[in-house]
Amino acid sequence: MKDSLKPLLVFVGLLLFWQGVVAIFDVPSYIVPDPMSVFDRMVRDAPLLWEYTLVTLAEMVMGLVLGVVFGVLMALVLVYFTGLRPWLLPLLLITQAIPVFALAPVLMLWFGYGMASKVIMTVLIIFFPVATCCYDGLRHTHQGWLDLAHTMGAKPWAMLRMIRWPGALPALASGLRVAVVVAPIGAVVGEWVGSSAGLGYLMLQANARLWVDLMFAALTVLAFCSVGLYYLTDYLLRRLIPWQSKTAH
Amino acid sequence: MFDISLRNAGLAYGDNQIFRNLNLTLEGGRWTCLLGGSGVGKTTLLRMIAGLTSGRSIRTQGEVVCGDGLPLQGRIAWMSQEDSLLPWADVMDNVTVGHRLRSRSWFRKKKLDTEVKEQALTVLEQVGIVDKACELPQNLSGGQRQRVALARTLMEDRPVVLMDEPFAAVDAITRLDLQDLSCQLLTDRTVLLITHDPLEALRLGHHVYHLRGKPAELTDAIIPPGQTPRSLDNEKLMMLQGKLLDRLRHSEHDEGSRVHKGDIQ
Ligand SMILES: Nc1ncnc2c1ncn2[C@@H]1O[C@H](COP(=O)(O)OP(=O)(O)O)[C@@H](O)[C@H]1O
Ligand SMILES: [Mg+2]
Repeated sequence: MKDSLKPLLVFVGLLLFWQGVVAIFDVPSYIVPDPMSVFDRMVRDAPLLWEYTLVTLAEMVMGLVLGVVFGVLMALVLVYFTGLRPWLLPLLLITQAIPVFALAPVLMLWFGYGMASKVIMTVLIIFFPVATCCYDGLRHTHQGWLDLAHTMGAKPWAMLRMIRWPGALPALASGLRVAVVVAPIGAVVGEWVGSSAGLGYLMLQANARLWVDLMFAALTVLAFCSVGLYYLTDYLLRRLIPWQSKTAH
Repeated sequence: MFDISLRNAGLAYGDNQIFRNLNLTLEGGRWTCLLGGSGVGKTTLLRMIAGLTSGRSIRTQGEVVCGDGLPLQGRIAWMSQEDSLLPWADVMDNVTVGHRLRSRSWFRKKKLDTEVKEQALTVLEQVGIVDKACELPQNLSGGQRQRVALARTLMEDRPVVLMDEPFAAVDAITRLDLQDLSCQLLTDRTVLLITHDPLEALRLGHHVYHLRGKPAELTDAIIPPGQTPRSLDNEKLMMLQGKLLDRLRHSEHDEGSRVHKGDIQ
């Protein structure tokens, strides 16, 4: 079977399971609505859902881009400014030790209820996996390449650009895959704490009004966005770093 | 061509003394082959000559001097056991990697200098894979990859070539081909070739040494007769090979009883 069909099959399986549970246990629709009524709701509220999806997606993508940029910069600093390492590592850990959920209200206070605070939440979450993976990749450059470059009299910048950076890309790619998966958490939690748009906001509103079908509709759309973003990233990474799957290093 | 002398060389990884008071002269323009069992310290010795042994727990003694009084640094080409080809670069880019690594430009030039490119095509022609210039390394066989590595070494055009078991990973026939090719293309250079294959050492070396023991010591040089690459039907060569194999086996067995198993890689 083709690999690209498998995710689709999983999706169909999940739908059947959902329908099955609702039917067999006779769950009332204000607890778990059946897939059909969620789909109905999705169609009826399509314009609203679309608008809010764009907001959440924008937050996620902007957070991803900035998080990756900062993560990579951090990794470069950690690798090249060895003196700063003992100072920066604890800082990096502290940003992870404090749960973003705790930070969220403060971020709202500082950056307002618009997109900025959600983007920053996402950046905070993504920054760590990207920075650590990239740092690992840069640190563990294949010894054979380093030896070769040394005996060739490589300039430090050329060494980074032509050997260490491309050598670190497969590691960075695994960081990116994690980042893409956790990005929605930042955006949605941000929206929960305070916002006036986005899928997270919609979920909160729907919940408060006991519109469970709308809440599930938003959740489904969010799941689709996350999965879509993951497969898109995975596809791009495979295209851009074709050697990662074929070499052992 | 200048000689290279290793004087009273010693090296220890922490408390693990690999060798000490080692003296070795590589005659200029000749091939010196170094035999020895696994884990005896061959690679370590080669790295020391190449100036690649720096690290917090590595202690070195002694010095490497060139006959002409100039430093060795910048005059060696390095060829290791794995071909160390860059998987993201095609054959042409791999062969010219030295030029680009030394360039001062901040960004990759779209086109290689025609001069460099022509030189690269010439060496690729010499090693017989000019038709693969645009392939990625992952699409090449083990033998072809070693040919690219050899082309990269030739491209550097250094007077001294240090090779660490460069043909260990290819099949016997390909290995013989690669030996002939290297011998032909690297004549008149000072070559130190490390190998655990006595036949390889005897075919290619003007001087053949055997490194053994712990801390490791060098035996006296064997000087096989005749022109390199020596042909396989040379009786003297076969006899020497038998002797060397015996010696290698015995020294490995001795080490096996003395040295802790974990020390042998
Ligand atoms: N970087 C290193 N740090 C510590 N020990 C090392 C290192 N490199 C090699 N050794 C040890 O030194 C010994 C000699 O290794 P090596 O020179 O690679 O042997 P050979 O090339 O002859 O097989 C081995 O016991 C190995 O475990
Ligand atoms: Mg070795």
